[in-house]
Amino acid sequence: MVNHHDRLNRTFWALVDPTRRAMLAQLERKDGASISELAEPFAIKLPAVMKHLDVLDDAGLVTRSKSGRTVTVRLRPEPMREAMEWLRRYEHFWSGSLDKLAAYAQSKDTDAQRRGR
Amino acid sequence: MTSLTLVRRIKARPQVVFDAVTTAEGIAQWWGPDAGPVLLSESEPRVGGRYRVRFRMLDTTEHESSGEFLEIVRPERVVLSWRWKGGLEDPDESRIEITLKAVPEGTELTLTHSRLHNEETRRSHEGGWTGSLDKLEAHFARSASA
Repeated sequence: MVNHHDRLNRTFWALVDPTRRAMLAQLERKDGASISELAEPFAIKLPAVMKHLDVLDDAGLVTRSKSGRTVTVRLRPEPMREAMEWLRRYEHFWSGSLDKLAAYAQSKDTDAQRRGR
Repeated sequence: MTSLTLVRRIKARPQVVFDAVTTAEGIAQWWGPDAGPVLLSESEPRVGGRYRVRFRMLDTTEHESSGEFLEIVRPERVVLSWRWKGGLEDPDESRIEITLKAVPEGTELTLTHSRLHNEETRRSHEGGWTGSLDKLEAHFARSASA
């Protein structure tokens, strides 16, 4: 099994680049695009596009399928979901902890004021 | 840079909240996401002092995090470093900043947990994390409503 953290690293690394994010956004709007369609909005050469696609592919964020001479690229959102869940765990941790902190501080302050300080 | 910010209004004075946040006795009362117990709580609330907290969750898993007090201004601001013990899930060191503001009903607490996924942040020259997270959120919001 690929280490969970390695997988997250690849996802976050893939998402940190604005061109790659724009590519994903493009694929989100359109189910399946050819490589030339994907390259069109960017002022970069084809080899650079292929390199970005390799990073996205490596992170499992896209799939490539070949039919004749055309390669179709599709979005695969599962790794993003995993990345979101990872962040949500921290949110869950803090949200639960702060609820308890609020209750504790409130009772502590009420006690202190009752004791007249 | 990946970060998470939460804001809470608490019906207690800032100095009471501050002590609850920074002292070992206080931390033992609230640390952890569910009703599971805190098993160990150590804290030296001064700049350069360390804290260590171990808690058990209701699913019986135990977790420990520790770090250092980087800044401490009673009763308004505390900055801590944070690292999970074992570090399998997230081996990098992150940063927690808590600010307390007096408001009529008590205290407004703002917590920011940042530098999550440090390594990527360091490796990236472009940064731009917030934007990508917003996009992720938007993506899933749309998926959920679709």
